[in-house]
Amino acid sequence: MLKSLSVSRSETTIAGITMKNPIMPASGCFGFGKEYARFYDLSLLGGIAIKATSLEPREGNWTPRVAETHAGMLNSIGLQNPGVEKVIEDELEFLSKYDTKIFANVAGHTLEDYVTTCKILSESGKVNAIELNVSCPNVKDGILFGSDEDSLEKLTSAVKNAISIPLFIKLSPNVTNIVNMAKACERGGADGLALINTLLGMRIDLKTKKPVLARGSGGLSGPAIKPVAIRMVYEVSKVVNLPIVGMGGIQSLDDILEFLYAGASAVAIGTANFVEPTVAPDLIAQLDKYLEDNNINSVTELVGLAWKEKVS
Amino acid sequence: MLKIHPKVKENTEIADAIYKLVLEGDFPQNEFKPGKFLHVKCSDGLDPLLRRPMSICDISDDAKSMTVLYRSEGRGTQLMSQWQAGREVDILAPLGNNFDLDNLEAGSKVVLVGGGIGVPPLYYLGRKLKEKGHEIVSILGFNSSKDVFYEQEFSSFSEKVYITTVDGTQGMKGFVTHALADLGEDNWDVLYSCGPTAMLKALQGEVSADKTAYMSLEERMGCGVGACLACVCKYSEGFERDKNYSRVCTEGPVYDIREVQL
Ligand SMILES: Cc1cc2nc3c(=O)[nH]c(=O)nc-3n(C[C@H](O)[C@H](O)[C@H](O)COP(=O)(O)O)c2cc1C
Ligand code: FES
Repeated sequence: MLKSLSVSRSETTIAGITMKNPIMPASGCFGFGKEYARFYDLSLLGGIAIKATSLEPREGNWTPRVAETHAGMLNSIGLQNPGVEKVIEDELEFLSKYDTKIFANVAGHTLEDYVTTCKILSESGKVNAIELNVSCPNVKDGILFGSDEDSLEKLTSAVKNAISIPLFIKLSPNVTNIVNMAKACERGGADGLALINTLLGMRIDLKTKKPVLARGSGGLSGPAIKPVAIRMVYEVSKVVNLPIVGMGGIQSLDDILEFLYAGASAVAIGTANFVEPTVAPDLIAQLDKYLEDNNINSVTELVGLAWKEKVS
Repeated sequence: MLKIHPKVKENTEIADAIYKLVLEGDFPQNEFKPGKFLHVKCSDGLDPLLRRPMSICDISDDAKSMTVLYRSEGRGTQLMSQWQAGREVDILAPLGNNFDLDNLEAGSKVVLVGGGIGVPPLYYLGRKLKEKGHEIVSILGFNSSKDVFYEQEFSSFSEKVYITTVDGTQGMKGFVTHALADLGEDNWDVLYSCGPTAMLKALQGEVSADKTAYMSLEERMGCGVGACLACVCKYSEGFERDKNYSRVCTEGPVYDIREVQL
């Protein structure tokens, strides 16, 4: 009995999806898993958010596509991906041999685009949830859906009606009021939220006096954005009744605990994978140990402690 | 292999801001092949956050020591320049593809063309090609005489070493392409190059279509293992694979000189 408790301390169920632990690599920071399968068994992961997938193949932006900043990085990759059919055929087929939950990050140009892509993915039977990317700062139109409440609600309900698996909406931090966006998703029928995507930023090259990134601006990620992410998870989780996958700058167990306390039910690790390829399984092991050492029976007990009344 | 933790044995400045780092560890030559690269963690903290790609300048024959040459310019390499002997280093390696050494005709005439901090990987390559009995000419380009390094080392396996400097303070005045023209295309069978984009671009224009020629690219990188798509470049017309873009960290860094657009 005690033994079975100790293996399941990290287990959590969000939007009906049971994950062996609340930790997954974030979209765009893990490709489609193949590259990291050289480093460890992907079945260790609670889930995997795959690189943004669109209906048609996309080429992405010109290089340079990344620039470093203090405690972070800017990227303007631009949703380069081989298109949904190829993703299902090649990438998801590869991932299907692992015992983990697949969150398919989906990008689109139009409402119809999003709906069709999500429907195809849902019907493929190869993904456990959709993570709707309405927040990519690196394409012309991605951010539109993410910063207008009405379009966001409409998009959410259109996609929700077309699929039979849970729907997460990945929110942009580049808005005046994140709570209103989250509420729009809730009204539209979303099953969960993921936040935050990258913050829009820019760096200028001192020699050329021009932006470092070919596209000019890009999305800021890494430890530098963590306080913004924590604040947003805290604000949203307090008023919206949907499970949240929290992310932004996670590098350590302490960072994960902060997100859980703020109100995230699960977390995603992005940029840190580039620095330390084994960061996800490393932190999964540390979280297990932390829960055991502190006699916490379930990781779910930690969620929202920053604002919840303590029940004894 | 992939995550290694070798120790610093030596870390000294050998030319203006050019450092020679010798690492002690276990570097089997059948894995650490010429052309492959390392992704090095320069800082213990968050600044800089990302690793730095570095090429392999040499592996000793007992596979116990590896030489890396780097230019100290950004924050990461400035931190590296302060590393003392005995320090443990965090590296992902060996990464990327490698130079093709096996499909050369016996006794080929090889020309190595390196520019600046693109020179180091050609040293290990040249040493191995010499062992296989090929004949080598080296062309090493720098800005100025204070930047020149490894002339002696390349002499040990080269029939001839051309040094070019932009300001003419050492060797031939001008660019590596001048030395290559001086050598003449009839006098080499295979070319291997590594250096700044401008140099490689010039070579793309100079080398005749029927010659065997390779280049190794230096792109900005994120993950170094193929996941982030930061390091891509576009395949040239006629060289496309199933995708239009190539990841320098994974499909590269070594390409046929005409294979990708610069
Ligand atoms: C190189 C790179 C590519 C990304 N690509 C995507 C993407 O395709 N879809 C998406 O929803 N988010 C993408 N993101 C955002 C991350 O999933 C994550 O939300 C953000 O980076 C914050 O987490 P971090 O600080 O741990 O990296 C990308 C981030 C980076 C750094
Ligand atoms: S550096 Fe990440 S894909 Fe090449």
